[in-house]
Order: sequence, then structure tokens, then C-alpha cells
Amino acid sequence: MQQSSNNLPGNAFDRRTMDWYIDKLMQLLVFIGGISAIIFIIGIFVFITMEGMDFVFGRLDVAEFFTSEYWSPSDEDDPEFGILALIAGTASVTGLAMLVAIPFALGSAIYIGEFASGKKREYLKVLVELLAAIPSVVWGFIGLSIMNPLIIDVFDVPVGLNILNAGVILGLMAAPIMASIAEDALKAVPDGYREAAEAMGATRWQVIFKVVLPAAKNGLLGAVLLGVGRGFGETMAVLMATGHSVNMPTSIFDSVRALTATIAAELGETAVGSDHYGVLFTIGIFLFLITFVINLSADLIVRGVRKG
Amino acid sequence: MVTSAEAVVEDVKQPLKLDVRDLSIYYADTPALENVTLDVREHEIFGIIGPANAGKTSFLKTINRMDMFTSNMKVQGDIYFNGFDIRKTRNIYALRSRIGVVFPLPVGLPLTIYENVALAPRLSGVSNKAELDIMVERCLTRAALWDEVKDRLDSLGSLLSGGQQQRLTIARALSQEPDVLMLDEFSIAVDPVTTMRIEDVLKELKSEMTIILVTNLVQQARRLADRTAFFLEGKCVEIGDTEDLFTGNAKQQSTIDYIEGKFG
Amino acid sequence: MFEISELNKRNQKTQKLFQILFLMMTLMLIAPVVIILGTLIYKGGAIISVDFLFTAPTDGMTAGGIFPALFGTVWLVAVALLVSVPVGVAAAIYLSEYAPDNWLTRIINLAIINLAGVPSIVHALFGVGAFVIFFKFGTSILAASLTLAIMTLPVVIVASKESLQAVPKAFREACWNMGATRWQTIRRVVLPNAVSGILTGVILEVSRTTGETAPIMFTGAAFFLPFLPQSVFDQTMALSLHLFVVSTQVPGVPDELPYGVALVLIGMVLLMNSVSIAFRMYLRGQKKW
Repeated sequence: MQQSSNNLPGNAFDRRTMDWYIDKLMQLLVFIGGISAIIFIIGIFVFITMEGMDFVFGRLDVAEFFTSEYWSPSDEDDPEFGILALIAGTASVTGLAMLVAIPFALGSAIYIGEFASGKKREYLKVLVELLAAIPSVVWGFIGLSIMNPLIIDVFDVPVGLNILNAGVILGLMAAPIMASIAEDALKAVPDGYREAAEAMGATRWQVIFKVVLPAAKNGLLGAVLLGVGRGFGETMAVLMATGHSVNMPTSIFDSVRALTATIAAELGETAVGSDHYGVLFTIGIFLFLITFVINLSADLIVRGVRKG
Repeated sequence: MVTSAEAVVEDVKQPLKLDVRDLSIYYADTPALENVTLDVREHEIFGIIGPANAGKTSFLKTINRMDMFTSNMKVQGDIYFNGFDIRKTRNIYALRSRIGVVFPLPVGLPLTIYENVALAPRLSGVSNKAELDIMVERCLTRAALWDEVKDRLDSLGSLLSGGQQQRLTIARALSQEPDVLMLDEFSIAVDPVTTMRIEDVLKELKSEMTIILVTNLVQQARRLADRTAFFLEGKCVEIGDTEDLFTGNAKQQSTIDYIEGKFG
Repeated sequence: MFEISELNKRNQKTQKLFQILFLMMTLMLIAPVVIILGTLIYKGGAIISVDFLFTAPTDGMTAGGIFPALFGTVWLVAVALLVSVPVGVAAAIYLSEYAPDNWLTRIINLAIINLAGVPSIVHALFGVGAFVIFFKFGTSILAASLTLAIMTLPVVIVASKESLQAVPKAFREACWNMGATRWQTIRRVVLPNAVSGILTGVILEVSRTTGETAPIMFTGAAFFLPFLPQSVFDQTMALSLHLFVVSTQVPGVPDELPYGVALVLIGMVLLMNSVSIAFRMYLRGQKKW
């Protein structure tokens, strides 16, 4: 081997071996794997648009769609395609969920990230991670079977499947995810900041409130945004715990219906290509765009990229 | 520089192994090495001495095209290896497999000690166990490591001590059976006794390969190198027979001062 | 002097107070899980038996076991893994080993974040539009599993990328120095040292896939089937959907039945998560360099 390459110096480096070609082939394959995420996200948009297109260009009245609170898409004589009540349902549940989740997520992120140490910190992180793993259909079942009678008992209302129920459930679902993202944001604050503040005589909680939280502001905002995105997109839990009735809510004890839950509940009963089928895909496009924007802005905020 | 290049052409005793012409290296816009012209002959030990930041390590990285991995590293000039322009190679891996490198920070790969040394032969297609066994033993013996690890070839190479990892790195470079072996301050992590043993091995290896020895130990260059180049602040100040340089016949005052230890 | 120490004391009290407050918040976040698990075990524990796990539902799904749903979930997860693991690991290798710091990489990362962030019901719509209708797979295990695979792809990518990046760059450079190609380096040194980390990600994905409901509702999972699926082109029952069905769609189901289904589902999911976490901790303790 050595001798031959000594005798033919140039050729050895000029000859492409099997390994060289395998290397190029694998590079191509993993590149395809890499861009597959882009292909899939575009694919999602293309395919739901394809199914929703007939409705969007044929039947859709944008003003009615967003401002009418009447939703009866399967009515044969006079179908109504207003999603305002559904948006209100999603927004009210998500809003309440954030009220529940933000303080708990932030509080536990601060405790785990700044106070707990060693084993205790490990265990708490594991518990939070397990909390985030509970499937949404199980949460929905909990809303249905545990929260529902509890709300009826405690608040003396006729129905326990309402904004309160779904909001609390959704808050509990979103909190662990938000907590772990928030904790990452706190961890990203350089220790030098803390040490500098402590050297100036600041106490631990002063350091946290005056130095760490302001420095982690963007990451924390990103965590909240991702929580909102999660709330908007949650399907099964919301389907099972909201009561699923089309309704402009006036109190947290009202039953509502969410955008996602509407698709989940009605898609099975529609004929492919019908207006009802089309409008459900149109809601899908709307959800896709909203969560896309939320995720995009969360990403931009976390990375600290400013607009313009 | 011109003078040293001419001197080289005059007394060619051996075929040229490496022919470096007008080489400059930049990190972003900061020069690390400027206008270096030198050559390395077959079966010689070519020493490079000089203080820190002289551009010695950058020079080595350029020869096996490691500059590709540092995004802001720019290289100008020509390097011919066995008469072949290394930038025109269509198979960079074949080029690198002919050049063994040992850097000052030892890297034991997270494989078994055996696999660390058997990796290069395996990559070039050797799969016969008996053949590999012989190679592994020979390379580890030459790197003065065999006796310490022969009973635990299955333990991880990355968990050896620093000195042992350095010798493992040398054994791995030898397992490539390279044309050129480049050593960059190999003795930093190794104790003096082992250093002497490796130096003896290098003298033997001269008959099989060409060795470029970058060292911060002036006396090591004197003991081993046939010819020595003195690098200072990105310039190649002088190249000459080691014997001449160390017997006060260096042409440049800074070379004499460095060798005498007036700065470093 | 006196004043300063007084101030210190007050500060320390405030600090203690905050610490306790935050601890309470953390515990209140975790408490519901314990309560929920307790309730599920209390109300559903009694129904779980070998018979429950290995017989089919009877009497209009108001009695009997959950075997077809369990069996179907295994099918769905297995087929989804066959797709998402190779694609996800390839993507992770690209991002960790090849991707330059440029706009394309930025877009890939953004796409991964969005893939994880798109609502599960939108993934379901995509599955219907793409796999059921366009590619004509019909409502089948194949269509449902592909939908699940794409949805859970980010889990595999993120975990694999992390464990690949945990392998120090010096190892790669040492291999390149020896003339190893990039792929040889990845296959012989990087992947073997990242494979256990990738495995924890895969276990996590199995857990995620097991619990997903919305994406399979219209793509391949059925409320009730009197037979087990024979191929990937058949529909199947699934445990997660089964919980939805017995708790909302079927009248006259005895109370403990949905609790039992929920307990089995949450048990599977938490078990796999715990295995993944334990494995990760074990690996962290193993020093390899």
C-alpha cells in the first residue's frame, strides 16, 4: 500500500474510492432528512389548503366567517359558517389557562432554577417532565370525570363542563412545558450577573427580581407564547372538558366550543368535498397560520432578534 | 526567504517530499504565517522551532488540509506533496491518510484501546483479525505504550491518563503507515523518560517515513532534526542544517538568540 | 452597624418567604398529578386484570377488555417509528454534523419548531388530505402512523441532535486527521457514542405516540372493530381513542371501565417516560471521556 502510493504519488489522491462515494451518498441522504422538516411543514399547508380550497374560493365570506357567531354548517337549507363563537371559546379557555399557568410555571421555574439544588432539583425536574407527558385525552377524561362533579359541587352550577374546567385543565397541561422553557431561560442568564449583584450586597431574591428576571425577559416571554400556542392547538382535552356548545361566553361557568374541538367532533360526519368539510379545513388553515405566527414570534423573541 | 529557498535547491540529497511555496495563512484578516517557502526531503526529520504564535501549528494544519474545518482560516500559496498539488486533490481523505498528525492536546477516541489503533487500518480496508493484532501491537510498542496497556486493550482509550493518551495518539498516527508524520510538541503531556523512548523510536522511523517535528524544546530539535527551520511571529526566519544552526553558524541573529535562550 | 444587620435580617426573612412561596407553587403544580394518579388507581385499579388486557370489548363496549385497542396502539406506534426514527436521526445527523450556520439551517430549525407546534388536529387534517385521500391509503394504520410519525418527528430530532452534539469535536477532528471520511467518522466514532442518547429520545417518542388521539381519529383509528387488523391497510382500534369513546360516546358504560382504560394508558406513557429519564440519568453517570 505504502510503496505503491510512493511510486504513484499523484494518482492516489486523484482516485475516488468507494468510501468517497459512500460519503457523498450519505451526505445527500442526511441532507434529505434535514430538509424533510421543511418539506413536511410545507406539505401540511399545501394539503390542508387543497382540501379547503373549494370552500375558500367558492363559499367563504371572510367577513361573515370571522364576525358571525352563528355556526350551523350542516344545516341543509341555511347553513351558517361563523366562527366568532368558536374563536371566543378557544380564546376564553386559553386566556384562563394562561392565568392559571403563568404564575405556577414562573414560580416553579424560579424555585427549580434558582433555589433548589442537587438531588431535589433533579427530582422536581423529573416530576415536571412527567407532568408534561400525560396525554391530552387523559386530561380530557379527568376534566370529564373528576373536575366536572367537583365544579358542580363547589360552585353549585348545573353543568361542570365549561370554561373554568377546560381552562384549569389546559393550564395544568401547559404549565410544565412553560416551566421547563422558562427554567432554560433563567439558566441562560450568565452566572457572572448573579455574582456581580451578590458582590454588591444584593440578597438572593433581589438578585432574582432585579437581575435575573429582567435578563431572562425574552426567554420568559417566549415560554408564555409557546404556552398560548399550545392552548390554541390543544384538541382532545378541550373537546371533552368545555361542554362543546356553541356559545358566546359571558361567565367562566358557560360551556363553550373551541376551534380545534369543532374539527375533531364534526369531521367524521361530513362528506368529502362538501361545504361543511371545506369549512373545517378552512378552520385548519386558520389554526395553522395562527400557531405558525405564534411559534415564529416566540422563536424570534427567544433569540433576541428584533423586527426591522 | 529567497536565500533559504536557493540554498535548498543547491544540495538536494533526497527527493522532495513536501514542497511549500510562498505560503501565507490568515485567520479572518490577521496573518498567522506569511510567505513561507520551504521543502522537506524524504526520510529526514525536519524540525520547526520557535516561540508561541510563530505559526507552527497553523503550518501543520495546512499540510493535511485541516484548514477546511476552521471557517475563517484562509490559505494562499502552493503546497506540493510528492510533487502533487494538495489543493487539486479529488480525494482529500486519501491525502490525509498518508499524513499522520499528533497535536499537543492528546485525543484518545472513545473506542477501546485496540480499536483506537485498529481504526486507520480498518478504514483502509484491513479486516483480518490476525493482521490487525500485529499492527496494533507494533504501533503500541513503538509508541512506548504496549507494556502498560497490553492486558487491558478492551478498555476505553479516552479514559487513559494524559500521557498515555498522547502515546495512544502517536500509535494511532503510526497505524496509518503514513508517508509523513507530523508531531506538534508531542512531549508536553509525556514524562521525560517516555519522551526519550519516543525520540529513539522516531530516529528508527526515519528509514520508513518523513517526520516533521514541531517542538518548543530547542534541544529536542538538536537531538533529532536533520534540518531545522526557525519560525518567528508568522515568518520563517531561517532554515538550515541543524548542526550548523546549533554550532553558532546561523545566519540570523534572532535565530542565535532564540537557540541560546535569550527569548522564548 | 446595628441598622445594617437589622436590614439584613429583614431581607433574609423576605428571602425565606419567597423561597417558601415558590416551593409551594412548584408543589401545587405537581400535586394534581399525584391526586389524578391516585384517583385513577383508586377507581380503575380494580378492573385491571389479565382478562381486561387480553379480551375484546363486549356488550356494545360496556363490558369486556381492551385487547384490540392495545394491539392497535402497538401497531400504530411500531409503524410510526419505522418512519420517524430513520428520518429523524438523519435530520439530526445533518443538523449536528453537516449543517453550516446559514439561512437554510435556520429555516430547518424553524420548521422543526413549527412541526411540534402545529395543533394535533391540523396534523389530522393533513393526514386526511395527504395520506387518506391524495395517496389513496384510505383510513388505515399506514395513514394514521405516517401522520403520527410526522407529528412526533421533532421529538426524535431534538433528542438525537443533543446526544450527537454531546460528542466532543476533538474526536471528529482526530478521525478526519487520519483520513476518515465524514461518514466513516460518524459511523465509527460519533454514532456509537450517541446511540444511547438517541434511544432515550426514541422511547420518549413511543410514549408521545401512544398518547396521541386527534391525529389518528380520521386517518386510521376506528371507534369499534370486531376484528384485529391484518395489515397496514386495515383500520384499527387504539387505546387513546378508546378512552375518548368509552368516556363520551357510549351510553351505559360502568364507571370503572373508562378509569381502567385511562389507567392503562397513563401507566404505559408514564412508564416509558420514566424508563427514558432513568436511562438518561444512567448515561449521564457513565463517563466515557
